[in-house]
Amino acid sequence: MNTIIRKTILTPGVKDLLVDAPRIARKRRAGQFIMLRVRPEGERIPLTIADADPEAGWIRLIFQEVGRSTVELGRLEEGDSILDLAGPLGRPTHIEERGTVVCVGGGIGTAPVHPIAKANKEAGNRVISIIGARSADLLIMEEEMGKVSDRLLVCTDDGSKGIKGFVTQVLQQLIDEGEPIKEVVAIGPVVMMRAVSEVTRPHAIPTVVSLNATMVDGTGMCGGCRVTVDGRSRFVCVDGPEFNGHAVDFGELLQRQRAYTEQERLAMAQDHVCHIGRDQ
Amino acid sequence: MSQYAPIPKARPGKVERVPMPEQDPIERGRNFLEVPFGYTPEMAQVEASRCLECKDPSCVSGCPVGIDIRGFVVKIREGDFQGAVDIIKHDNALPAVCGRVCPQESQCEQVCIVGRKHTPVAIGRLERFAADWERAQGTVAIPRLAPATGRRVAVVGSGPAGLTVAGELALRGHTVTIFEALHKPGGVLMYGIPEFRLPKDIVEAEVDYVRKLGVEIIYNAVIGKMITVQELLEEEGFHAVFLGLGAGLPYFMNIPGENLNGVYSANEYLTRVNLMKAYDFPRADTPVRPGQKVAVFGGGNVAMDAARTALRMGAAEVSIIYRRSMEEMPARREEIHHAEEEGINMRLLCNPVNILGDEQGNVTGVTCLRMELGEPDASGRRRPVPVDGSEFVVEADTVVVAIGNGANPLLTEATPELKLNKWGNIVADDATGRTSMPGVYAGGDIVIGAATVILAMGAGKQAALAMHEELMAKEMN
Repeated sequence: MNTIIRKTILTPGVKDLLVDAPRIARKRRAGQFIMLRVRPEGERIPLTIADADPEAGWIRLIFQEVGRSTVELGRLEEGDSILDLAGPLGRPTHIEERGTVVCVGGGIGTAPVHPIAKANKEAGNRVISIIGARSADLLIMEEEMGKVSDRLLVCTDDGSKGIKGFVTQVLQQLIDEGEPIKEVVAIGPVVMMRAVSEVTRPHAIPTVVSLNATMVDGTGMCGGCRVTVDGRSRFVCVDGPEFNGHAVDFGELLQRQRAYTEQERLAMAQDHVCHIGRDQ
Repeated sequence: MSQYAPIPKARPGKVERVPMPEQDPIERGRNFLEVPFGYTPEMAQVEASRCLECKDPSCVSGCPVGIDIRGFVVKIREGDFQGAVDIIKHDNALPAVCGRVCPQESQCEQVCIVGRKHTPVAIGRLERFAADWERAQGTVAIPRLAPATGRRVAVVGSGPAGLTVAGELALRGHTVTIFEALHKPGGVLMYGIPEFRLPKDIVEAEVDYVRKLGVEIIYNAVIGKMITVQELLEEEGFHAVFLGLGAGLPYFMNIPGENLNGVYSANEYLTRVNLMKAYDFPRADTPVRPGQKVAVFGGGNVAMDAARTALRMGAAEVSIIYRRSMEEMPARREEIHHAEEEGINMRLLCNPVNILGDEQGNVTGVTCLRMELGEPDASGRRRPVPVDGSEFVVEADTVVVAIGNGANPLLTEATPELKLNKWGNIVADDATGRTSMPGVYAGGDIVIGAATVILAMGAGKQAALAMHEELMAKEMN
């Protein structure tokens, strides 16, 4: 159970695992996540399911090694098993036929955006995808995103691949060009999701963001993942992970993500894993 | 088999209740070891000798699972400790747990006849003694199971209700599978109640006992998400389902500042420390913010647990902030007493109205209002009324909100066949646990709202009996 069938290294520090998990693969829908634990003293961490094959019985997890738990997960090899794996959790993405949908993936956020783009495509929508990273070597899933998109726009901060600039600039251009955008789905760093929401706000384009909050159980019991949406406290694990980007209090979310900075430093120091150059 | 000689019954009121030795309050505030040490065999026999051995014992009616209390107390007095354990286990699969966390003072011990004129027999301590004695022998007796019935039962949740149902049905020959959402069994016994009140190896041992009855436990199985209840019945081959989901979503106060860093629900705070072993950070990966000044909101057992845990995590100052007076506190007297002994500051008639933070979003304090008691409210308790202009600030770097839990919708929203009340709790028959969905039973906190371990077990026991009847009446297909 939970055996790693295939392991691929996408970019330095970003790994792609196919995991044998037939029950989760059968039930999972775009937008949902799993909770996992690597070792008996390990933390429970949420990861979005990047893809799944209900027939073959696997789910795909793409993650960046940013802390102790993801580094430990990254050390597992093909044939190893993930100690604990629970899911699928959270509400699935609400997919319907709307017309043109723009899917924005920033950095590692392209991984969770991929199944949403795919599902939108399958629902008959015209999918325009924008994927961005700091530089060409940090871009992931370009080919796969191309397959599920009617149009794929690639951008890098340093211009080493595609358009030079941020995903928000590319999105702004699409809007300026008069694309009849019915919905934007944006997943990536919090600052990126906030910036995307600010781009779409003046045009009242419905914008969905997928939040990654600190969780312990992932089933609603702890409430550690609470986020303010529309002035109301919501739980990312059971009410989300997707929310209206125009209503999310991103400032608070950023602050909450830093709640354990000191402890993370301690944990990483113990592990001697170098953090330099890792895209946070 | 008994190594201990029987001792005679004491004359009524001639022997004082035997105190249970416990750790020094200051010492224990710095460790997670269990507070009371438990009775020695000699102490247990003396305490048991205080029982009047009534012909028609009222204590039994005070027990939600109907343990033959007189029976096992007599066995202890006679020095037949295994005999005592056997009697308890006939009605209760988790005696070491119940002996520790049951509110005996409002159940069996409240109706004990000795208690009319003297202190009641310490039934809880004796139950604990018997269970601990057996575990210390290393030979936990497994009762003979009824012949296999071929009926399969799915139990959702491995907390006190689920374990009780599983144990009862396994004894009756049914094949039971427990589906647990977390990676460890026990539910609230594991994630909620702290080590110093209920050591986790004791929970493991009691779960192991249920497993030895043939019950299978599947972890990381989130029913409603991974498999639906409908699928358990229609595709997975189960003939009945019991839902012991527990309470679930923590309530917050809905006051400003509640999402500041350092504000926890009691569920989160306790789960980080108990289940995820944050006390052992960084050896264990899960951290908890080490509060120096900790404020806990609420006056129940969970609030006491959180406050006493904070102390053990190294806090210099821990306050309980409760809006009514000591008299209305819902926590057990014993828990309040232990907390006070350990130096927890009780800020009574205080209501938090605002949580203060710094620029980085960290908690720095709590603004409170003083309260006074007015007329009784719907609960019959005097309603706290704020005193105008009485605002003051309690300094705090960590806040734990322990004001209760609402129903978790994770399973119920995937199961539209289940009738819910307006709070989202599953509607189930009082006597049988039967829900609106055929073949599906429910009990414990998901039905009655946050309550006690023993009430959940009582509900589990009743449901198990009703399920057994229905299962045996069913034609096998």
